[in-house]
Amino acid sequence: MSATLLYAITGSGLFVLGLYALARHAHLLRKIIAVNVMGSGVFLVFGALAYRTPGLVSDAVPHAMVITGIVVAVSATAVALVLMLRVQSETGRPHLPEQPSD
Amino acid sequence: METPFADSPWTVWAVFTPMIGAVAAFLWPRRAALVGCLATLATVGSVFWLIWQVAQLGPQYHAMGGWGAPLGIDLHADGLSAAMLLTTALVGAGVTLYATAYFQQATETARFFWALWLLLWSAMNALFLSGDLFNLYVTLELVGVASVALVALAGNSDALTGAMRYFLLSLLGSLTYLLGVALLYGAHGTLDIGLLSDLVTPAPADWAATGLMVAGLSIKTALVPLHFWLPPAHAAAPAPVSALLSALVVKTSFYLLLRLWLELFPVTAPGFGQVLGLLGALAIFWGSFQALRQARLKLLVAYSTVAQIGYLFLAFPLALTTAAATAWAGTVLFILSHALAKAAMFLAAGNILKFAGHDRIADLGSGSPGIALSWAAFGIAGISIIGLPPSAGFAAKWLLLQASFASGQWWWLIPIVGGSLLAAAYMFKVAGLAFLPNDQGDQGDPKAAGARLSRRMKWTALGFALGALAMGFATPQILALLDSGTPFAQLGAVGVL
Repeated sequence: MSATLLYAITGSGLFVLGLYALARHAHLLRKIIAVNVMGSGVFLVFGALAYRTPGLVSDAVPHAMVITGIVVAVSATAVALVLMLRVQSETGRPHLPEQPSD
Repeated sequence: METPFADSPWTVWAVFTPMIGAVAAFLWPRRAALVGCLATLATVGSVFWLIWQVAQLGPQYHAMGGWGAPLGIDLHADGLSAAMLLTTALVGAGVTLYATAYFQQATETARFFWALWLLLWSAMNALFLSGDLFNLYVTLELVGVASVALVALAGNSDALTGAMRYFLLSLLGSLTYLLGVALLYGAHGTLDIGLLSDLVTPAPADWAATGLMVAGLSIKTALVPLHFWLPPAHAAAPAPVSALLSALVVKTSFYLLLRLWLELFPVTAPGFGQVLGLLGALAIFWGSFQALRQARLKLLVAYSTVAQIGYLFLAFPLALTTAAATAWAGTVLFILSHALAKAAMFLAAGNILKFAGHDRIADLGSGSPGIALSWAAFGIAGISIIGLPPSAGFAAKWLLLQASFASGQWWWLIPIVGGSLLAAAYMFKVAGLAFLPNDQGDQGDPKAAGARLSRRMKWTALGFALGALAMGFATPQILALLDSGTPFAQLGAVGVL
């Protein structure tokens, strides 16, 4: 198994792990962290795929994309955290209410 | 042909005018409403100039700062982009007009509304003009963040939890899409949709990438069974925001799905079409059924959006060989007509909510003349949602029916017609109220803030409703615009209507 494939599979594993946690946990902070783990998984896949031709310099485009992706993830996390605090101060708990009968 | 500014890069202005407006509205909060109006005028002007360019001169390309793909960012405008930009500009202009009256006092909510709404507009225009899978991800996230913040503006616990749920699902959708993008880049080394369309194969990697991207975008478009975030978010938002979200924002991720489908996915995923069509049919029945059950007006309208989104997905199985052009034309027409009709319904519902102080359907009376125009707007918009002639909703459903017969799949007429019947049922459930005398003489809740509706709010809602009705007559012009450039030109001229 090549290193690239190992990293790509690890990245996909992180994505699935995050997805599980997002669905499983009720606390909003855990959900936000889960989304961040999913994002890191995607970035790891990008990073692994940058090294596509062994022995040559790695491709710079995925690096640029990961950096942009991190900026997006940081901003989104900031918004999510503020929203979480507002939810807590408004409803008294950092959870989403049960879904209305649907 | 001497037209001023004919060769200006209007693609760039369509993105940057609202963005400059958003920054200005944020910097000068006291003048936010004025900035919002000026930015709306300038954006609508830029978009119309761009549409003129696309219609007269053909598809437009602009390499930002002189750096072309793959290093720089390219903006593309073709017929499909132009149709989406047109929809956004029409709804956007009306919502701006409505919002100047809706947010009467220059409260904090009002100030943030203008900055966020202009940012959302900028992000949507950028999404319609991007031809690069990663830029599309960034614009998707911008649309998501701006929409979530707009929902949260209402500030009560319903709005905040609705916004939070919406945000988590929106992030899940974009990350799933991004993982698909990563796989495609790993396999082919480019992100340009045009270049990729020649490279994709039915190989497992491309198949997996397609599956991830379709799944991610379906979550963001609220396709059943991942629709549950939509009704609470759309119903809890302030009225102009509900209108923007239901009319435009859900269509942005659908537009992206449509474009990828037309340019990339036919090669990779023949089987996905039937699955998406089935989920679409399920959405039509489930959404309509839920709409019938709702006790609150804004939730009813939101579930109606879930149902109407189902129609968009019917085109995927219908678009076979000869029927393809008809099915896609019907779908784009559906996007336009639903945008206008749903904007009308949410603005009218906002008026009714503001007037009565609540939106419990059972307790709503019409009686007083102060709210009659808003009920009229609601009912007329319903004509387009049900799909009765001469509305554009009728033309769109007619095209879908034609496509289902032309492609030899008559069974898709069951959801198309069934959805119309159910829409009629939930519309008449509400519209019946407008003709019932109300014993209590519901004169509106005197305690409700601003129970007197300004004329602007009533007439904007009615304007949208009449627009949706009258757009049926403009169908040939809209279909002609779509023929400009890929992806529709290669399907051949739409020889219908």
